[in-house]
Amino acid sequence: MGEVLILVLRSRRFMIGAVLFLTVLAFGVIGPRIVHRDPFQMVGGLFDSPSEKAMLGTDNLGRDVFTQLMYGTGTSLLIGFVAGVVATCIGVTVGAVAGFKGGFVDELLMGITNILITIPSIVVLILLSIAIRSRSAMVMGVIIGITSWPWTARAVRAQTSSLKTREHVDLARISGYTAVELIIKEILPYMFSYIFMAFILQFSGGITNEATLSMLGLGPFQTVSLGVMLHWALLWEAVRTGAWWAFLPPVVFLTITSFSLMLINAGLDEVFNPRLRKS
Amino acid sequence: MVLANAVTQPEGVRLLLEVENLTKIFGSARNEVVAVDNISFGIYPGEVMSLLGESGSGKSTTARMILRLSKPTKGRIIFKGQDISTLKDIDYWRQVQMIFQDPFSSFNSFYSVHSFLGKAFRLTNNHLSESERTARMEQSMESVGLNAAELLFKRPHELSGGQRQRLMIARALLIGPDLLVADEPTSMIDASSRVGILNMLMDLSRKHKMSILFITHDIGLAYYTSDRLLIMNEGKIVEEGTAEAVVDAPAQPYTKRLLADVPTLRKAWDEEQELA
Repeated sequence: MGEVLILVLRSRRFMIGAVLFLTVLAFGVIGPRIVHRDPFQMVGGLFDSPSEKAMLGTDNLGRDVFTQLMYGTGTSLLIGFVAGVVATCIGVTVGAVAGFKGGFVDELLMGITNILITIPSIVVLILLSIAIRSRSAMVMGVIIGITSWPWTARAVRAQTSSLKTREHVDLARISGYTAVELIIKEILPYMFSYIFMAFILQFSGGITNEATLSMLGLGPFQTVSLGVMLHWALLWEAVRTGAWWAFLPPVVFLTITSFSLMLINAGLDEVFNPRLRKS
Repeated sequence: MVLANAVTQPEGVRLLLEVENLTKIFGSARNEVVAVDNISFGIYPGEVMSLLGESGSGKSTTARMILRLSKPTKGRIIFKGQDISTLKDIDYWRQVQMIFQDPFSSFNSFYSVHSFLGKAFRLTNNHLSESERTARMEQSMESVGLNAAELLFKRPHELSGGQRQRLMIARALLIGPDLLVADEPTSMIDASSRVGILNMLMDLSRKHKMSILFITHDIGLAYYTSDRLLIMNEGKIVEEGTAEAVVDAPAQPYTKRLLADVPTLRKAWDEEQELA
């Protein structure tokens, strides 16, 4: 464990990614608790340019873009996190059960997984978002999570099929372990690094999926997220009117967040996959 | 099937394990591989028997079926007069245990020796307190020549192959099975540890009246350890008999070839002399 931690801390990619992500996290989570401003309060006129009063100007309704950015980042991170947790949990469960059981159960679960992979997830996301009346940040996260797990399931299934043939699994089996115990205690620990990396990818994917849905007007209600900010900017023609402060900050934050998570993932890949390490 | 050396067992002694017409076929109907082809044999209580053959001859598949880790395609296995398919897993594994070939992959690297040995208590003595369990673990470790005080809380990667294989035996001792299936238990450890582990297994068999089924490709090791040998080739048992009978007067060409392939120091020395 100590050796892994040292390798993680030595990875330049991981460290850059972690610093960027922690900065975004602090801005989106701690920021609103310090500033205590209402992101929906009007502080100026329509698309006021950046000034001392509003650091990043105002949006279409005269609301402070900086405050919205702070709250929006927090909401987007929450949605991404919930989506990541949901997708990873479903993907790991489906993949582990399919790989461990094999036979009919495997064929059935992988059949469902493959069908879901072939249907563009954005279509399912749109349909689900329309169908569900309550769209809080948590609900958005869950919706995105339940449409993003198939790739994780396939990878976990492949690894489980291989790991279950190891002798320590057989030894635990003839010691009276149940199937659930075998999966949790003997197989999943060997996939922990992969599962963690899959979670980070799902987290990142959750944030971008939220932005996509919100830009289409299917984002969370009564709250602000990075995607909702982009939706307002598009709706009120901020691009055409040259109000760059209304759309550029959320785009930059989305890019930085996704980029930082990708860097963290690449850094962890280096650590867990010795062939990728630089000497 | 009539066992070739049934006369070596006292009259009236019942077989501990009987394998009847056991067959295992892998793959689909078009592309099937017959790993084990209609074999039958039996093991008596306290007997040490070797199932001998080359890689791919079906030895390990047979062992896995005996341990209920794999289902036979045909045939049945009788343990103490009962078809094992009618027994509960836990009840069966309490009486039949296995030592695996690879001492490195047999251990989950996330758990300590204490956790590894602790698994044995799921099958037996589940009511013991933690201190009683630890005392039993220490006792079983000492009986296989391991220093419990030094090793009990170590992780697998801190142990040598020989130490790991001894721990496998210590685990089996904690369970106290009537039959121990040892799948090439010394093939992946160095020669200096090999004889020690084999002697220990044979001592334990005598002391605890435990039957051992050795799975091996090494006819020398089989002869050294076993009362009886079963020779397997391409899924079939091609020859069986007492260790002496098979080694001194092999009837089948395959057995003769196995014997001819045993390397000896003498032979090497002779070849050197011829070259000189």
